Amino acid sequence: MAKVLVVTSGKGGVGKTTSTAALGAALAQVGQKVVVVDFDVGLRNLDLVMGAERRVVFDLINVLQGTVKLTQALIRDKRIETLWLLPASQTRDKDALTENGVAGVIRELRSKFDWVICDSPAGNERGALLAMRFADIAIIVTNPEVSSVRDSDRIIGMLDAKTEKAEKGQRMEKHILITRYDPQRAARGEMLHSDDVIAILSTPLLGIIPESQEVLNASNVGMPVTLSNPASAPARAYVDAARRLSGDDVPMIIPTERRGLLDKLFGPRAA
Amino acid sequence: MSVFPLFRRRDTARVARERLQTLLSHERATLGQSDLLVVLREEILAVVAKHVIVEFDHVQVRVDRGKTVSALEINVKVPHPAGMPLAAGF
Repeated sequence: MAKVLVVTSGKGGVGKTTSTAALGAALAQVGQKVVVVDFDVGLRNLDLVMGAERRVVFDLINVLQGTVKLTQALIRDKRIETLWLLPASQTRDKDALTENGVAGVIRELRSKFDWVICDSPAGNERGALLAMRFADIAIIVTNPEVSSVRDSDRIIGMLDAKTEKAEKGQRMEKHILITRYDPQRAARGEMLHSDDVIAILSTPLLGIIPESQEVLNASNVGMPVTLSNPASAPARAYVDAARRLSGDDVPMIIPTERRGLLDKLFGPRAA
Repeated sequence: MSVFPLFRRRDTARVARERLQTLLSHERATLGQSDLLVVLREEILAVVAKHVIVEFDHVQVRVDRGKTVSALEINVKVPHPAGMPLAAGF
């Protein structure tokens, strides 16, 4: 039975696309059949983060307009053979994103994949609503920072009111994914603690991704961080989060960078 | 002013937490309520319109939130037909 996930946040720049790519890759790396879907019509970026920007021929809008079949728009990852991408269009033709059209595409993806991961655009308008509309599970990406937490609260309200599940009177499964977390700053009282974020939003935690240079290094080269540097702290945190999604009971530990002896001796600030 | 500003621990996360708790409790209440106000307004308009001609814009519903009691204020403007005073019995 396929699961449809939406990766959402309200606020932009908190790590939705990075998290979509990393979680999708982590699930596919253990053999699950995964498609990541870019809903950010007009401002697509998942293709770039996944390193598939030069392979995009057709996109979600072409499929919705009936110009091409779904299979023609799907791009298979070159590194993980069970990972696929459905890119968004780069034009601003947002009117093509209709509720019925999206419902049809999601239905077809459900029949072909184990996991359908929808990368929502920022904001709380049409694109974001349609990205969450048919989801079974929502991942709300939140930075430990006031504006991000506030926007997450608004998005949680939308998930409980405007999704198909909510309208049927069913419970929408929701999880918080805290990104760009710095445990030391949180311990010093300079950053909202993950416990505070969870308490304020009264939503369970899926994972804590530590702030790391590896995330930028990964997007620089167009690789999900779980692929570019699997030993890095954020990669291990994403793998843990993906295992929790699969139902594994993984203790909530924030991974730290493993430092070699030379780093410890000569590079006190090395990450 | 602290004598040792360098040693002063600035617990800004606590301030963030308290500000968010206050803000979100207010926002959840008002956002949850906005739907109720719209529904009330429409239903009140429907009842009043059975008996007198009244326009949608002339029905105002608002809530004043107090500490112990909140007041629901409903204001219906009933225009006099063609400048005539209303018939007796209204």
